[in-house]
Amino acid sequence: MAENDFDIRYAANLARIALSPEEEAKFGIQLGDILGYVKKLEELDVDGIEPMAHAVPLANVLRVDEVRPSLPRETALANAPKQANGLFIVPKIVE
Amino acid sequence: MEYEAVIGLETHCQLKTKSKMFCGCANEFGAEPNTNVCPVCLGLPGVLPVPNERALQLTALTGYLLNCEVPGFAKFDRKNYFYPDVCKDYQITQFDFPSTTTGHVDFEFGGGIERVRITRAHLEEDVGKNSHFDQHSGVDFNRAGVPLLEIVSEPDLGSADMAYEYLNALKDILIYGGISDCDMEKGMVRCDVNISVRPKGNEELGVKVEIKNMNTFSGVRRAINYEVPRQIETIECGGTLVQETRRWDDVAGITESMRTKEHAHDYRYFPEPDLMPLKPDNAWLAEVRSQMVELPLVRKQRFVNDYGITAQDADVFVGNVPLGGFFEQAVEGSDNPKAIANWVINNLQAHLTEAETSVGDLKFAPEAIRELVEIIDEGTISSKGAQEVFAELFEHGGSPKSIVDAKGLAQVSDSVELQKWCQDAIDANPGPVDDVRNGKENAINFLKGQVMKSSRGKANPQLVGETLVKLIKG
Repeated sequence: MAENDFDIRYAANLARIALSPEEEAKFGIQLGDILGYVKKLEELDVDGIEPMAHAVPLANVLRVDEVRPSLPRETALANAPKQANGLFIVPKIVE
Repeated sequence: MEYEAVIGLETHCQLKTKSKMFCGCANEFGAEPNTNVCPVCLGLPGVLPVPNERALQLTALTGYLLNCEVPGFAKFDRKNYFYPDVCKDYQITQFDFPSTTTGHVDFEFGGGIERVRITRAHLEEDVGKNSHFDQHSGVDFNRAGVPLLEIVSEPDLGSADMAYEYLNALKDILIYGGISDCDMEKGMVRCDVNISVRPKGNEELGVKVEIKNMNTFSGVRRAINYEVPRQIETIECGGTLVQETRRWDDVAGITESMRTKEHAHDYRYFPEPDLMPLKPDNAWLAEVRSQMVELPLVRKQRFVNDYGITAQDADVFVGNVPLGGFFEQAVEGSDNPKAIANWVINNLQAHLTEAETSVGDLKFAPEAIRELVEIIDEGTISSKGAQEVFAELFEHGGSPKSIVDAKGLAQVSDSVELQKWCQDAIDANPGPVDDVRNGKENAINFLKGQVMKSSRGKANPQLVGETLVKLIKG
């Protein structure tokens, strides 16, 4: 399998994952291989075939606009690493 | 060189639903933080979102109100990014198949009607709200998942004032259609502004700057009024504009560059696998169309053209729909709509405000105002008498004619009686009578007043004037 043009650093950055140079090399090849495998689909002639939005042939699965009970706040915040005044506390966001 | 501004707006507004977009949590402003949340809007693993049908109806209805096409196929996509306001690390939105496309908004600007084209209006979910503290930031997910409509305009706006009027017109339409309450104080409407400048007459667009997350219309106007000269100045001084996102500092009154990330935004949109596509059929769309309302501008033009009332009066009936409806009923078959508009706007509205009641709770039918104007025009009652009739009407209901009879308010137009009152006034006031003879026309008003007084307001003032002149000047 020829190495594909997979930009492992770009993908790692988008996913906010820190990779060592060794990992970059290893995963870069692995992910490139996967892409190459999927690329086989490009060989198919799909002219005139409409793209599907979903594999299941269903549409308009909707709900009525009704309020249902929410979670108790203690439950909602149960897994928060930090909380204060009913808020999820996160590291300071700087723009 | 002369430059022109090219401005487009992305307007986000929260839809008026009871529950959120994909779960049953309440769509409610001002609740205690994180009390309107559930596994779906908190993005917990293993949950499935289900779209709110009312939100989809309101989206299609907005499409019709903005003269858009409502395609027979639409779908949801995931927009991926990391930020603490979005707990799933993606926002559900519509990317390449939005629920509405290609429309326009007509609005009044600079003494004429302007048209701004609408690229699309697509449905998405609102995100959580961050608050920032010294060391940390806090997140409240009550807002996360509230249905949010993003209305994207073409870059058809040429100035800050035009953008301001467009936003107000859009807001009026959304409120009219029951789409959104558009309460700015509650953050129900937010705007991103795209601005570029180019030498006047140039076809090619200049470098685009985006100002994000504006939450007042006046802020949008001020930001544009700052940003356009800044861009022109940069070019004139030989500088280069970069495509960037800027932040509006409302206190300082300036825009400033937000730190640009190494990588441009790459949202990696893909179809939301948890949601089925949308295929609105004819019956469903017909049901939506049955909820259509008359657009504010159309209503205004109709009132001015059909009833011959002033634009200013028409604005009152656009701003107050029930009052306008009352006027339309009152005016049916009348040959004096202007007078009816006056009564409705000046008298009825004032009484309603004072009594803290509404048109729906009135004790009399709209036809009563038509009758009142008729008997005034016929000279049956004086304007003072009419006020009395109206007050009685407002207080106890009934019909103007029966009130006039019951209270004996009919004007006396009988010439014998009038002549007697006039002669008495002339005899009692020789001074003013001389004044009239000597050409002091104002003196007649004094005599008229005396007659009105002695007749206890019943004399027909116009006839009194004529009779006095006849008696004095022979």
